[in-house]
Parts: sequence; structure tokens; C-alpha cells
Amino acid sequence: MSVAPAAPSPHAKSPRRGKLDLRLLVPALFCTLYVLAAVFGPFLTHYDPVATNTSQRLRPPLTELRDGSLALFGTDQVGRDLFGQVIAGAQISLTVGILTLLLAGTVGTALGVLAGYRGGWLDTVVMRLADIQLAFPSILLAVLIAAVLGPSLVNVILVLALTRWVVFARVARAQTLAVRVRDFVNASRTLGASHLHIVRHCILPAVVAPILVVATVQFGLVIVAEASLSFLGLGMPPGTPSWGISIANGRNYLVTAWWISTMPGLVLSALVIAVGILGDRLRDRFDPNLTTR
Amino acid sequence: MTRYLGYRILSSLVVILGAATIIFVAIRAVPGDPALVVLGPSATPEQVAALRTEYGLDGSLLGQYMHFLARMATFDFGSSFRLGMPATQAISQAFTATLSLALAALCIALMIGFPLGILCALRPNGWSDRIISSLSMTGQALPSFWVGIMLVMIFSRMLRILPSGGAETPEAILMPAVTLALPLLSIIVRLVRSGLLEVLGEGYVQTARAKGLREPRVVGRHALRNMLIPVVTVVGLELGGLLGGAVIVETVFAWPGLGRLLIDSIAARDYSVVQACVVVLVLGFVSINLIVDLLYGYLDPRVRVGS
Repeated sequence: MSVAPAAPSPHAKSPRRGKLDLRLLVPALFCTLYVLAAVFGPFLTHYDPVATNTSQRLRPPLTELRDGSLALFGTDQVGRDLFGQVIAGAQISLTVGILTLLLAGTVGTALGVLAGYRGGWLDTVVMRLADIQLAFPSILLAVLIAAVLGPSLVNVILVLALTRWVVFARVARAQTLAVRVRDFVNASRTLGASHLHIVRHCILPAVVAPILVVATVQFGLVIVAEASLSFLGLGMPPGTPSWGISIANGRNYLVTAWWISTMPGLVLSALVIAVGILGDRLRDRFDPNLTTR
Repeated sequence: MTRYLGYRILSSLVVILGAATIIFVAIRAVPGDPALVVLGPSATPEQVAALRTEYGLDGSLLGQYMHFLARMATFDFGSSFRLGMPATQAISQAFTATLSLALAALCIALMIGFPLGILCALRPNGWSDRIISSLSMTGQALPSFWVGIMLVMIFSRMLRILPSGGAETPEAILMPAVTLALPLLSIIVRLVRSGLLEVLGEGYVQTARAKGLREPRVVGRHALRNMLIPVVTVVGLELGGLLGGAVIVETVFAWPGLGRLLIDSIAARDYSVVQACVVVLVLGFVSINLIVDLLYGYLDPRVRVGS
């Protein structure tokens, strides 16, 4: 891997300060909407994952239900409100996405910085491990480990973090290698700074910006991976309102109730697209040379 | 070059051995006794013991592992207790199906992706570029299992013009191939666009224009050739990704390939087939990466390693 160009300052401001960047703002606001829905949704909609209401099953979107409430996305095969289900699914997706990235990001960044800063055998071991893992299709790895661990929220997070740490480790290492040899680091060292001090005050601030960009891009991938695993029956346990499970549930009703598979998929896709645009934009702004796999 | 080649082949072998070991341990860690899954809960202890002996599941773990490695070297994975045939036979049928699906997807992605990418680069930020670029962004983001279900809903259930799954008729490959191709297609559009834009700013393109060549010839003969190298690399690497994506797409469309066989075999605790599937998939992935790496050095002398 070639040495990355000069590290961007973590406090780098937009080149055009004061001017609103709509292509950054719009997707960011869109993602905020999902966060708000996931946090406050349960107070606004009443979704009961085990309730069944067979008299109101398979109602199309915008139907007024018997209790006077509006089924915005329609109802599913056992009469549950699909909108409430999708909101509950947002909670699962965001939880999995955030916790996976926290875990993979912390472990990956720590290993990457350590490998880049110390070098030597540690560097060789970590990077060979990363190479071997990248030579293995990540979805295949996720499917296998998920099958071993069994479906549960914690296991999904563990599986996905295990497939993602490599990306963080590689970026953190490249960034560390680039910063380590710069003058201000040498100056600190000459003044007698400890390794811990140098890592905390010189290396980490430079690593943060590219890591955040990587995290944004990976967030979309993680959410899709969770939905895919749940769809295959290897992610969240059956009965949880994960988007992947909702989409799978609708497969038997594609003619009679198109909305059951369509709506959660649209909501999922919109989020992934927004995150993708956000990630692209952040990458352009902070580090045009950053490549992610 | 020889040293580099030796290193790459050696590390590929390590990856395959690692994958084989991981899968050997992992599949045995999955809860559920394969003998009980096959025979059902009413089986007598004698029947269970007989089946274990028959399929070599009765020795020590280390003994089973050595046996597994020794036979793997000759491409023998034992027999499947679910399908009642050697795992290698089950795999070879599924491998053909996955390969044809992946190749069909690759053809679709290349044949549509290249022209669209060129179209974008000819008028950057024009309306066609904006539309195609945002579509390709979307295509890359959409979850493939959902795209598959939506295609089934529209073309099989509503319009009733394509079969929803299986591989009985020739047109059955269309929907799974398109679903699998979509992310790759989007990547190719973006690559071709950015690669061509970069090359079009080079001096030799200006020279070609200055000597009076018409634009199609400038783009076709001078620009396109020079942006091919990075595209070939990425496409090759993504071809490995197609094998991973096939696991999901095959499940959606009941396509009788390696991915679906793998998922079904995990559910049935069919050790021999799971091991064979993983080893073949990883072997394919690793060899594609190796070939692309070497091809890259061949195509572009500037990056030739170790010489």
C-alpha cells in the first residue's frame, strides 16, 4: 500500500465557509429524520409485534382502520400496521449499524494505529490477517458465522463487526504511517513526549477525519448486510420487525398485498442512498484520495 | 516476477487452507447433530451410530480434520447425506449454474455499463450525465435481495412474462442475472466515466484532436484504450464479489447454484457439501484475484512488481 498524502487537519473547514452545501445538508437532514423516527417513533405509533388482527389483514396503504387510525403503509398478513413495523425496523437497523461501526471502528482503528505506529511483527501480523480476510467474500463469512452463532441482535453485531474491522484498520494504518514521519511529530518526540502522548495528540486527531468518512460509507453497507442476513433467516430472530424479515414476509403476498415487501424495501433503499451521497460528499471534502473497499 | 508469483500462489494456498479450517470448525460448531437431522428424532442410537460410521463422523476431531484435508487435496469431499451423492458431484452441477449466472451478469454489466459511462464522460454534468450518474448511484445502493423480489413481483406475478425462479427455461436466467449485475453495472459506469474524463484531459488526446481526428476516433482509439487498465482490474476484483452476491440472489430466485446449495446445506447440517461449497467459492475468489493481479502487471508495464 502506498503512503497516503498529507493528512487533512481534523479541524479542516469547508473551503467555502458560510455557503450552504445542499448536497451535504439534504442527505444529512434525511438521515436525521430516520434517527428521529427511530427514537421518537414508538411514542407516536403503537406497534405490537405479537398482536394479530385478522379482520384487518392485508389492507392497502392509506386505509382507515376500524379504530380510526390511518394505516399509512397498509397492514401486513396478520393485520399489524406496516408503518409501525417499519419504524420499529428503523430502530433495529440504526442500532445494528451504530453498534457495529462503534465496535468495528474502535477495534479496527486501534489495531491500525498500533500496527502503523509500532511497525515490526505486529504490523505484519495485523496486515496479513487483514489480507487473508479480504481474500474471503465478506457476505460468505457473515453467512457462515451467523449460522454458527444463531440469530440474535448481539450476534448480528458481532458478525458484521468481524467482517468490517479490516477496512478501518487499513485506513487508520495508512494515515498513521503518513503522519508518523511529519515534523510536528518529530518535534514532540524531541521534546520528550511519551508514545501515548504522541498517539493521543498527534496521530489520533489526524486519523479521525478519514475514519469518520469510512464509517459513513460503511454504515450503508452494514445496514444492507443486516437486512440481507435477516432475510436469509440468519440475522435477527424470526418475529422481530427487522426490515429484512418484513420484506421476506411479504414474498407470499406479492400479488394480493404488494406493499408488505415494497414499503420496508423503499425505506431501506432511501436510507442507504442518502448515506451513500453523504459519504461521497464527505469524502470529496475531507480526503479525495481516500479509497474504501 | 517469479518470486512475486511464488509469494502470491503461496499466500493463496494459505487463504484456502485457512478457509477450509474455518469451515471445518464452524460447521461442527453449529448446533444440531447431522445424524439426527437426517434420521429424524425417532432414530435409535444404533441407527445414529451406523450413520456416523458410514460418513466418517465417528473418529476424533483431529482425525476427521486430517482425513478431510487429505481428501480435499484430491478434490474429494466425501458424500452428502442429504442428497445421497458425492459432494463433488452436487458441487459440480451447482458450480456450472453459478458460473453461468455470474458470466451472464458480467456480460450485462459490461454491455450496458460501458456505453452509459462513455455517454456520461462525453458531456460531463450535462443532463444525461446527471441522470445516469444518479441512477448508477441508486443501483449501487439498492439491496439486491429486495431488487430481486421487486422484479419477481412485477415480471412474474403482475405481468406474468418471466418465471419467478428455478432454471428450467432459458429465460429464467434473465432476472437473477440482472439483479446480480446491477451493483457491478453501476460501478462500471462510474469507473468508465471518471477514467475517461481523466484520460480526455491528457496531452496525447489533445494531439489526436489537433491532428484533425474525428471525435469518435479520438475517444475510441486513443482515450478508451488507455482507461481500460484500471477498469479491467476493478471489474476482475468485483467478479469475485459476484460470487458472494450470488449467495443472496440465488436464494431469492431459487437458482440451483453454489450459494443456494450452501444455504440449504447449512440448514440441513450437510457437512460435506458445506465444506465443498465454501472451498470451491473461496478457490474461485482467490484465483480470480490472483489472475487479475498478474493481468494488471501484464497490461501495464509501469506497475510490474519485483522487476
